Amino acid sequence: MIYVPVVAALLVTLALLLARAFLGPNVFDRALAANAVGTVAMLLLAVIEFYTGRPGFTDLALVYGLLNILGTVAVLKFFRVGDLGEPGEKEEEAA
Amino acid sequence: MTIVELAASVLMGLGGLFCVVGAVGMLRMPDFYTRMHAASVIETLGAGLVIAGLMLLGGLTLESAKLAILALLIFFASPTATHALARAAHVRGLEPVLDKDTRE
Repeated sequence: MIYVPVVAALLVTLALLLARAFLGPNVFDRALAANAVGTVAMLLLAVIEFYTGRPGFTDLALVYGLLNILGTVAVLKFFRVGDLGEPGEKEEEAA
Repeated sequence: MTIVELAASVLMGLGGLFCVVGAVGMLRMPDFYTRMHAASVIETLGAGLVIAGLMLLGGLTLESAKLAILALLIFFASPTATHALARAAHVRGLEPVLDKDTRE
């Protein structure tokens, strides 16, 4: 079947994205690479479920995706505002 | 190999190919905003084609329903994350690399 080439392609993708995450000149490149790694990991979990036939991996992929979006937004807010507890954005309060 | 398995293989193979292409783009592109453009290939075409192939293999089962929810999650979450990333980078003053300066 097609599973082994697809898993290989997804692993190559993960390796390239990790290279970008290590090389990334600033924090936004690293956050972008981490977000893409999360997406590819969800795909990898879904393919592995069909490859091995064991149920439950899709649920893991769903939880991973939810944590991924939360983590990305939290990291971005931290590096943009400087504080996770800060309520909001000054330019929108002024407008 | 039935016709459904063949179609699923083609879809998943194309999806894996697009994932690799997007990752190569993320390594090779010159600045952050173009890298974001390359990353969106992974999240739209790569994820969409792989999940479509898996749903063809799964048929009308609970697994396919979970995969549809996964596709919806990627469909809504990844543009949101990309928008937040671009906005955060723009607010922090990250300039795009331009070929020649067109701002007068």
